[in-house]
Amino acid sequence: MNVTLFIPCFVDSCFPQVGMHMVRILERLGHRVTCPEAVACCGQPAFNSGYWDEARIVAGKTLHHLQEAEAVVIASGSCGAMLKVFYPQLYAGRPEEAAAQRLSEHTWEFSDFLVSKLGVTDLGARFPGKVTFHDGCHGLRELGIKSGPRKLLEKVRDLELIEMGDAETCCGFGGTFAAKFPMISTAMGEVKCASAADTGAEYMVSNDSSCLMHLQGLLSRQGKPLKTLHLAQILDSQ
Amino acid sequence: MSNAAQQFLEAAGTITRNLRHRGLIQTALRKYEVARDRKKSAFNDWSSARQSAAETKWDAINHLDTYLTEFTSKIEARGTKVHWCTTGPEARDTIRGIIKDAKAKCVVKSKAMTAEEIHLNEALEKDGFEVVESDLGEFIVQLRKEPPYHIVFPAMHLTRDEISDLFERELGSAPTREPEELTMIARRALRRKYIQADVGITGANFAIAETGMVSITENEGNARLTAALPRVMVTLLGIEKILPKLEDLALFLPLLATAGAGQTVTGYNTLYGGPRQPGESDGPIEWHVVLLDNRRTELLADPEQRDALHCIRCGACLNVCPIFRNVGGHTYGTTYSGPVGSVITPHLRGLQEWKHLSNASSLCGACTEACPVKIDLHHHLLQNRRNAVGDSPSWIERLAWRAHAFAVNTPALYQFGQEVARIVEPLRLRLQGTPLDPVKSWTRTRDLPPVAPESFKEWWRNRR
Repeated sequence: MNVTLFIPCFVDSCFPQVGMHMVRILERLGHRVTCPEAVACCGQPAFNSGYWDEARIVAGKTLHHLQEAEAVVIASGSCGAMLKVFYPQLYAGRPEEAAAQRLSEHTWEFSDFLVSKLGVTDLGARFPGKVTFHDGCHGLRELGIKSGPRKLLEKVRDLELIEMGDAETCCGFGGTFAAKFPMISTAMGEVKCASAADTGAEYMVSNDSSCLMHLQGLLSRQGKPLKTLHLAQILDSQ
Repeated sequence: MSNAAQQFLEAAGTITRNLRHRGLIQTALRKYEVARDRKKSAFNDWSSARQSAAETKWDAINHLDTYLTEFTSKIEARGTKVHWCTTGPEARDTIRGIIKDAKAKCVVKSKAMTAEEIHLNEALEKDGFEVVESDLGEFIVQLRKEPPYHIVFPAMHLTRDEISDLFERELGSAPTREPEELTMIARRALRRKYIQADVGITGANFAIAETGMVSITENEGNARLTAALPRVMVTLLGIEKILPKLEDLALFLPLLATAGAGQTVTGYNTLYGGPRQPGESDGPIEWHVVLLDNRRTELLADPEQRDALHCIRCGACLNVCPIFRNVGGHTYGTTYSGPVGSVITPHLRGLQEWKHLSNASSLCGACTEACPVKIDLHHHLLQNRRNAVGDSPSWIERLAWRAHAFAVNTPALYQFGQEVARIVEPLRLRLQGTPLDPVKSWTRTRDLPPVAPESFKEWWRNRR
């Protein structure tokens, strides 16, 4: 299959290894991976801030470059929700509506692509360690992704998956929310980190680097031993 | 920034650092979740129950004109006086008039968020009437002279010790840590008031169009006494409380109890159809039903967010909201807090003044998932944000988002930005913790990941 990888701006800049692992995994599965360089952002920050006209400037370019893709695989549940759920709303009643609808149908969050589209759960990975999984809210509630990442983790050799209490509770990132209401965002993050730490896990894993950027930022600042990892990093471990 | 927004930020800043508050609320609401999930499993299919409830409410709200007239004509036929009030002040004046006509001195009141909404108690107290809250939680917060913390659990932010201290101070009771004993202290104080009161004011959970009845659910029996003992009964309710048929209660009563408090069904469920009828020996001589609009019809006129009128005030969205669980009910500064409050307050009290509540959300969607009548709560927050910008855009923000769009849409500029971020990183780290830090809203509590030496796209290019 021809897979068009969409690496969102913050993954490209700060977490490039997440994209690299995805490329390796997808290529190992025999797919041809392309990555249009012109596409950088899905437009969600402006969209969530209420600036839909400005969001369309960004989304329009992304839509233009991705609309013909056979399958768009995206390295974040949140950006995935933007393409799959919110582009059709952003372009409702506009000439681009059909293209947005088509793109929505051809877009997959990475773990969902592996499990639901390809039917793959065992990637031959080995990762010795205790991990707990954090459900990013957009992946969980906008895209309905819950069991897929767990199926993938269960097949990883030597990995022990321990569910945390409140796994479905928001970590407090929330995009611009994290900067506009840092005190609330921080309190939410602290609650989440405490739930994860209570499991005794060494790693908190998620399929969304944006949650992890916030959580790792808190953990590092507070000198906590818990580490965050993107699911793709685990699945590409040998 | 509006005054309300400023107050919200200040209150949130203080309370989120209060770890005792955080622990108290998180513990209480985790217990609620366990109880709720246990009761949810008693439904054959919780999701179809929600769907069915949403469809019933959709019918009720989309035919509000018909159902309201059906309700009022039925209830008037049994001698009830119905008052239609467009605004809060109009409803307040109506109720003041009823109390004055009854030559009442003491008023006893059961729980009614609509009364909070129109600031009824303050108005009546200003007129010299004594108003006593008969719901235990409301009684406690009234003694503390503060608004309810939560629409269902008004005093959930207080510990037994704090309540005991309050009763000792205000009622002269002996200190105790036993909930039963605390309840008895309040009951002894309240029973005297029921006997003295000339007027009883209640809220309503549902108004049944088919039979012309008001349904009130409660756990303490206080609403029954409030309705039954005084000569005059006043029921204040929002016009959205309508349900088409009596049989709808078969779903809505357990749904409300389960979603709201993790109960199979609330302790006391009463239907009121009119004042004392000829030949009856008890009940109020007069019953006044005050129907409140207070801009609900403006929400009704918004096809995108009309479903917010489905709300049965169960509080489920507050209970699961991670924002509510960290900032608590008082921080909102509104009658209706939590997600539903953030959705409807801009409609009820002005978008520009209250838009900050729609921004103060991570849009996680836990509220929408929990709502028993399927209000699309978190998407309405997004729409409020869009509408607030549409009505009154900030030109600085608009310019910033245009600049952002230009930067991410221009690969050379985007790469240049990454390069600049790498170069200034040592300087940024030196500024971290000082007022000059340009990203201090992030870095005050969190480390910021640096831009990687090689971005994904650079790796991708080099690889090919």
